[in-house]
Amino acid sequence: MVLEKMALVGDALSHVALPGLALGFLFNFNPFLGGFAFLFGSAIMIWQLGRMTKLSFETIVGALFTIALAVGILIIPEPELLEALFGDISQVNLMDTVVAAIISIVAISLTKIIYNKIVLTMISEELAISNGVNVARINLLYLLLVSLTVAIGIKIVGTLLVGFLVVVPAAAAKTISSSLIRYSVLSSIFGAISSFSGVLLSSYLNLPAGPLVVLSGITIFAMAIIASMTQK
Amino acid sequence: MENPNDNILNVSGLSVKIQNQIILDNINFKLKRGTTLAIVGPNGAGKSVLFRTLLNLIPYTGKIEWGDRVRIGYVPQILSVKDIPISVKEFLSIKKASNIDEALNSVGLNKDILNKSLDALSGGQLRRVLIAWAIIDKPNVLLFDEPTTGVDLDSEEAIYEVLKRFTKENEVTLLLISHGIHIIRDYSDYMLALNKCVTFFGESKEIMNPSLQKIIYGETHTCLETRP
Repeated sequence: MVLEKMALVGDALSHVALPGLALGFLFNFNPFLGGFAFLFGSAIMIWQLGRMTKLSFETIVGALFTIALAVGILIIPEPELLEALFGDISQVNLMDTVVAAIISIVAISLTKIIYNKIVLTMISEELAISNGVNVARINLLYLLLVSLTVAIGIKIVGTLLVGFLVVVPAAAAKTISSSLIRYSVLSSIFGAISSFSGVLLSSYLNLPAGPLVVLSGITIFAMAIIASMTQK
Repeated sequence: MENPNDNILNVSGLSVKIQNQIILDNINFKLKRGTTLAIVGPNGAGKSVLFRTLLNLIPYTGKIEWGDRVRIGYVPQILSVKDIPISVKEFLSIKKASNIDEALNSVGLNKDILNKSLDALSGGQLRRVLIAWAIIDKPNVLLFDEPTTGVDLDSEEAIYEVLKRFTKENEVTLLLISHGIHIIRDYSDYMLALNKCVTFFGESKEIMNPSLQKIIYGETHTCLETRP
């Protein structure tokens, strides 16, 4: 998302999960399945609206996420609102962890398959089309993969802060990377360090994990910026 | 007698409308294998649109007939490489070709550049890498939209020399868009002047004729009567 100049899309997209979470709480099914379904549906809607209207993904997501946030806050039962917005690591059980691991493997494998096509599309859509890439299909797959990634993080840091995990570790990696492989590896490492240190601090300080994950990540981001400035 | 197999491209009655505006109107021309065609004309004449149409990137009416076994290498004018941390090696590896060293050698670059980030390259180096990208899977047609954008004059000549040598050695047909009059004269065989319609089609040396320059780049122009 950072390379596509769609950092805010990654952030805002996470908010569209809120009505799905609300339905889960209201009708007693796993709220994260509801959030997942809303993310997927929204990704397809954003893609289709983008094709029909020629509006940028950023504009469409900008409109969609405010509506979703408003509807979600209105219908979600108040006791669960905080959990949905900020996540709760203590509610994550073994099954959630296994599901998250499986989804991660699927997302990484799919990304690997279409990796070259995504990169080419980012460099130039014309170049990609002239090399036989179906750009519309790649854009859809890409949005679905972002939805998957966002969905994994919702349980831990909530819909408000999960966008951070999509954007900030990648932004930190970009400032000190000269190749895609370095960028990919550093993004993953920074994301993992932010999450682990945030969760550890949370149990040590007895504070919510979500904000601490964000603060750990911001520290890495600041260090990366300083490192990139000293490199120049 | 003309052998139709000599032609690698045959365009007839080609017209393009974008949002109800005529961008290209009844374009007709043929191109022989192994020749270089410069597409010239003022800004907004439809040069880049013609390229995109030839690549089937935008809808059109009329006919575009490429010769048998055509493999096209294309480099657009604008690329977003400045925003992506991608090394030269990673960029050239996208095409999964095994002859990266050979392609670099053809454009006068050595292997030291492979680990550099694309956004750390000079304008001339970047354009050479893009040429390497275009030729790496051995195309027999190359389409270059202003191949020396953002390049200083010395590097410009060097890049055209590279293109000329490569196209002659490999019998590649080259279509290029350029604004440089000397470049058109020295590095292309024929030129197609556009201003939505065809205003001139002929040998490139004619570009030095001042009255023709007025027709090609002037505000008033006359469409050439071209036939398929």
